[in-house]
Amino acid sequence: MLAVEVEDLVKDYGSFRALKEISFNVDEREIFGLIGPNAAGKTTALRIISTILQVTSGSVKVFGRDVNKEPEQVRKMISYLPEEAGAYKNLTGGRYLEFIAAFFKDGDDAEEMVERGIEIADLGRRIGDKVDTYSKGMMRSLLVGRALMIKPKLAILDEPTSGLDVVNAQEVRRIIKKSVKEGTTILLSSHNMLEVEFLCGRIALINDGEIVEEGTPPELKKKYQASNLEEVFTEAVK
Amino acid sequence: MSDLFNMIKKEVRELLTFQTILPMLVMTLIFAGMGGMIGGIEEEAAKKPVIGIINEDTGSLSGIATAVLNVTAEVVYNSTGGTSVEEALEEVKGKDGIALLLIPEGFSDNILHQNRSGEIHIHWIMKGAGIMDSISTGIVEALIQVINQEIAKEIIGQGGSVDPKIALNPIAKNETIIFKGKEMEDLSPGALSQVLSSQSIIIPMLMMMITLTAGSTVISSMGMEKENKTLETLLTLPIKRSSIIAGKIVGSAIVGLLMAGIYMFGFGYYMQSFQMGLEVNLADFGLTLGAQDYVLVGISVFVTLLAGLSLCMVLGTFAKDYKSAQILIFPIVALSLIPMIMIMFKDFDTLPLLLQAVLFAIPFSHPMMSMRALLFDDYLLVLSGILYVTLFAAATIAVAVWIFKTDRLLTGRIGKKREGAKSFWRRGLRRQS
Repeated sequence: MLAVEVEDLVKDYGSFRALKEISFNVDEREIFGLIGPNAAGKTTALRIISTILQVTSGSVKVFGRDVNKEPEQVRKMISYLPEEAGAYKNLTGGRYLEFIAAFFKDGDDAEEMVERGIEIADLGRRIGDKVDTYSKGMMRSLLVGRALMIKPKLAILDEPTSGLDVVNAQEVRRIIKKSVKEGTTILLSSHNMLEVEFLCGRIALINDGEIVEEGTPPELKKKYQASNLEEVFTEAVK
Repeated sequence: MSDLFNMIKKEVRELLTFQTILPMLVMTLIFAGMGGMIGGIEEEAAKKPVIGIINEDTGSLSGIATAVLNVTAEVVYNSTGGTSVEEALEEVKGKDGIALLLIPEGFSDNILHQNRSGEIHIHWIMKGAGIMDSISTGIVEALIQVINQEIAKEIIGQGGSVDPKIALNPIAKNETIIFKGKEMEDLSPGALSQVLSSQSIIIPMLMMMITLTAGSTVISSMGMEKENKTLETLLTLPIKRSSIIAGKIVGSAIVGLLMAGIYMFGFGYYMQSFQMGLEVNLADFGLTLGAQDYVLVGISVFVTLLAGLSLCMVLGTFAKDYKSAQILIFPIVALSLIPMIMIMFKDFDTLPLLLQAVLFAIPFSHPMMSMRALLFDDYLLVLSGILYVTLFAAATIAVAVWIFKTDRLLTGRIGKKREGAKSFWRRGLRRQS
């Protein structure tokens, strides 16, 4: 079964068309990257798949469920990490994970979920501190832990390593790969082409609301006779 | 362009926004409305009070009284006896009068020969207990004082053997109030208005406090969700939109009620200091609230709280951050201030139809009016108010749920408007994606 099916997706904000009939599929248990410059439409696409923006036309399905018609069913299967996300400042990191886990599991299962979140966030004793004392990197680690602890069928990660240092970013990439082995499908966006090449099985290049290219990184590099994805992207949007 | 001018221009642009101007406009309108009402008081005070007189006395002093009244008041009923008080009251009431003054037989004789005060029976026809409603009654009370002085002058001028105490203060009032179908003896309209106002101020104050505390908590919580960047995550969790809204409303209501309770504890003591001077016990006049009345007041407060917080939730969805959330509370404060001020000046029954409609349409009015209405058995107003506010709350919650299901929550504004707004919108979206 396809994890994500996007077909002729259009999104208008008033008279501004942010997405222009884009289509792509994400297979189950793959890491799919949506790559593009600022204002290309990546976040809008991810927000629609995450059920928080409405579709203007076209269709979006997550594991066969339409995001507009069955948003509540879709939300049970996904975990979304926005590019600019935060947590409740008066809660400790641990309490924040408990708050989120309570929406998915009860009792021991919820505790187990929180333990997994704490492990992924890897904040040591600081997990007991209030969130408003966290650095940007610590906050991102906590949120990655939050997004992946629930073992979602589909994790939608907008710039997952944004704000993280090299070591932490590497750790997050390792966790993302591991979560795929555990059954999660990943749809991510990133500006970091090295990261994309390392993580993604397939990518779609999006520019000005349109998908301009789609394929595996080796395929695209071969097609554009480029040594890296940056060159592919530059050529594809010319 | 100088650096200073550039800085000033930037500061003015930052500070002078629609959100900062709107509250000022609302407050200006409220003050203008209050000014209009106070202007109305002056007009009302300049009018001659409409009264009726039954003079059963045949002595010389009652003639002084009627002469004063005929000059200073608009006398719509004048009789020298032989008619019943009930008939006279009906006629005065029919001509929009506010009092029927009965000078009984023996009035002059009592003062001049019996060394007793001459009694004037005043039957007050009260229409409302607001400040403006009691202006005319105040004028009539002042006229009684004038009559008192004129008769005193006459007695002293005659140089008879009248007791000096009686000579200086020859008139005694015997008052009966007829208000909303109830008859209350030995009570003046001023005293009744004062007691009713002090008794019914507690609910408006409570509503104001709950509005300020719980309402701002709801709006701020939405602003903070956006400022802290937690809203997007919240919206993707497997939780019903209605549960998010209910959670926020109930959570804020608990905090708001707690804070309002602490405030009202202090306010109760403050109000007691005023009530000590009031020696009128409304229960002596049959004005008491039964258990079912308190239940109705409670229901009215509850549904209004629900409606108010739902309205705050809708407004909160337009908050971009904590700062803008604080400004959005102003319309709610205005909505709770308007009925409070209107009720202070006029009773619902004595307002013009348009203002009655405005007052009824504002949900916060209903608990504020409920206590006084129930004292006078006006169940129709209270029950229809509860029904209206319940429907208002249901509609507002439905709107809030609808907003939570649309893009508007993330964008904080309703699009498809002016060109200027569109281009601003577009720029914002480009930044987002």
